[in-house]
Amino acid sequence: MAVTVSVPTILRTHTGGEKSVEASGSTVAEVIEDLERRHSGIKNRLVKDGSLHRFINVYVNDEDVRFAGGLGAAVHDGDNVTILPAVAGGANW
Amino acid sequence: MLTIRRDLVDAMVAHARQDHPHEACGVLAGPAGSDRPERFIKMANSASSDTFYEFDSRELIELYRELQSQDEEWVVFYHSHTATEAYPSRTDVNIASYPEAHYVLISTRDPDVHELRSYRIIDGEVTEEPVEVVESYMFSHTGADDVPDVP
Repeated sequence: MAVTVSVPTILRTHTGGEKSVEASGSTVAEVIEDLERRHSGIKNRLVKDGSLHRFINVYVNDEDVRFAGGLGAAVHDGDNVTILPAVAGGANW
Repeated sequence: MLTIRRDLVDAMVAHARQDHPHEACGVLAGPAGSDRPERFIKMANSASSDTFYEFDSRELIELYRELQSQDEEWVVFYHSHTATEAYPSRTDVNIASYPEAHYVLISTRDPDVHELRSYRIIDGEVTEEPVEVVESYMFSHTGADDVPDVP
């Protein structure tokens, strides 16, 4: 299953500056494993303790995978996977 | 340096005042590659909190697609601090993940006088930058005595 992954600026150090890269897998977890094989170090930026990092949003065809099974969410041939860091913060310390 | 139109400053401050004591948040979008904020976009704070803000993830992807389709990008991410100064908190710094954007903070702790400051936040490092408020972008990069070019 080949998919296209859109990579945010902050992770492009892992993709040689590429905004968009190819990967394969039938779940989000498999796509991330494949990304890691091709672009070493990227997995640690996305996954923490076996689930998606709290402040990283991953979308499959613009659906937030958090509401579709998380790392287990299904991915199909030709899907678009988009990684967008959360925009969040606040005054709490 | 962030050069920004006064009406956009006013819109951000009005939003921050309106949502006080909750933190308000949003985006100023501009033409891709211009570094020039032109369009005010209010975002919902999905945390509805006095001490935390987060863009709704669905609104975030919708905005991302909208900007892409219009050849725009986010130039500024703004949010308010309602009881503390307009300086990035540890939380702000830890989460900030857009090195290409200006992070504008507005403090509404004083009911009469707001504080507005702008930063770059890159790899956990905060750099404050000057904010130049202009009435229009037309002459903002030329001297005050410049006249428009005659075709």
